[in-house]
Amino acid sequence: MIQILFFLSSGLFLGWSLGANDAANIFGTAVGTKMISFKNAAIICSVFLIIGAVISGAGASHTLGKLGAIDTLAGAFIVALAAAITVLWMTKAGLPVSTSQAVVGAIIGWNFFAKTATGYGSLTKIVGTWVFSPIIAAALAFVLFHLVKRFVENSKIHLLRLDSMTRIALLIVGAFGSYSLGANNIGNVMGVFIKSSPFQNIVISDLIHISSIQQLFFLGGIAIAIGVFTYSKKVMMTVGSGIFKLSPIAAFVVVLASSIVLFLFASQGLKHLLTSYGLPSFPLVPVSSSQAVVGSVMGISLAKGGRNMNFRILGRISIGWVATPIASAIISYIALFFMQNVFMQDTFIR
Amino acid sequence: MTKIFNNKTKELVKNIDCYIENVSNSGLIFYNGIKAYMNNDIEKFELECQRISILETEADDMRRDIKHKLYRYMLIPDSRGDVLGLLETLDGVVDTAEKILEQLSIETPLIPDFLRENFIELAEFSYKAVDELIMAVKAFFREINSVDEHVNQVLFFEHEADNIEESIKRKIFQTDKIPRFSKKLHTKYFVEKIALVSDVAESVAERLSIYAIKRRI
Repeated sequence: MIQILFFLSSGLFLGWSLGANDAANIFGTAVGTKMISFKNAAIICSVFLIIGAVISGAGASHTLGKLGAIDTLAGAFIVALAAAITVLWMTKAGLPVSTSQAVVGAIIGWNFFAKTATGYGSLTKIVGTWVFSPIIAAALAFVLFHLVKRFVENSKIHLLRLDSMTRIALLIVGAFGSYSLGANNIGNVMGVFIKSSPFQNIVISDLIHISSIQQLFFLGGIAIAIGVFTYSKKVMMTVGSGIFKLSPIAAFVVVLASSIVLFLFASQGLKHLLTSYGLPSFPLVPVSSSQAVVGSVMGISLAKGGRNMNFRILGRISIGWVATPIASAIISYIALFFMQNVFMQDTFIR
Repeated sequence: MTKIFNNKTKELVKNIDCYIENVSNSGLIFYNGIKAYMNNDIEKFELECQRISILETEADDMRRDIKHKLYRYMLIPDSRGDVLGLLETLDGVVDTAEKILEQLSIETPLIPDFLRENFIELAEFSYKAVDELIMAVKAFFREINSVDEHVNQVLFFEHEADNIEESIKRKIFQTDKIPRFSKKLHTKYFVEKIALVSDVAESVAERLSIYAIKRRI
């Protein structure tokens, strides 16, 4: 048990850092502008994040599994640790970093080390999604902004009533965003442990089946929730009062657009629905919530006539797409080498 | 939670609407008071003085209540400062109107007959400026896009009031019908005071147009 917990700890740490950073993408503006109290935001965020992770987390995790099937706990530990170190390092360096990109890089590092072929189909799918997710978020935010603006202007709602409606809307959309974040990003945290999951399926009755993966995701969800409660307040205050100066209604649009993007790339139900009608479906891939938010803010900026567009942010995101996976892959490769040859742990099955 | 939000919100919406109505009434009472004074209907004038004094006290209480509730209920964190600033400056309109009627009642200046109609006209434009300001304030809360339209009207009426003020002052100093210079100064003082209501309305309107820009999503 101690050994299992030790090996899972890097994933749990990654989960903690995801909760600390990414919850701010969902509730940052609402909490920072004091529309919602931090306590309410943290409770709603944690509950829906865990629900999203357990119920709908399998889809995006599956794609990561196809990229590289890490088959030992020690290997998974190093991959998650390499990703966590990269995230920490890049955050310290002030570069926009995505957990998804760090994990993908670390998995590729493992593939190189274990001399396993990287699933290039999955890799192209993942990288393509990274590029498209902020673009889709921007387009959605653009359209939603116009719709919401038209509604607010035509409905002649009193400022105070609009305020209470916005609070409720921010709570609802925050819950949806948390669910989508859990569903989409749990793969980053726990995906690498799926193959080597130490848990057994639990069957309580005919109706209640809890798979080993769901138990793993539940544990990851709790780690994320701890991250939300312990560290996200600081990040939320920064987001709400510093980086993006958004009105509460614009914040609602940003969170809704970003949440829809996370949902589109995580929902198996939606994928099945679209496929059943013969329509093209979205690949289930972990995407960066931060980049979806940046995309949405850009969309709003465009809707307002393209003023205050910060193209440097776009440049920094593009650098992140390349720099994060490479750094993570290198760290992963080196760490795997040490684990295998110094600590004599099998990082892959020969 | 939604119900609590709605009750608090409903209560405050009502309070704010009442406050705005109060300011609006003070504008009308001010105009009626000046008209009564110029028409030598002193009984009616004194009645209007009493009414505006009561309104002024009520407005102060209402404003304090709204301020406390806005902070206690943690509502509109984003534009709370602007709303409170708006209500406070709006209070200046009621205060100014009340002070002018009070001073007229105390000092009872002798207005020459040939200027009485001009004084009523000046008071009318000051009142119109206040009335448009009220429309702009109402629009700020409910229909943000039409704030500018009303603000422009306020500026127009203030400008008209300025023109009338200048023309009355010229008449005061050119006429021989007011024999003493001190009387001329006293009459001029009241011209400036009556025009001051439109000036206060203008300064509130200018603030309001900035708040409106900030409030646009």
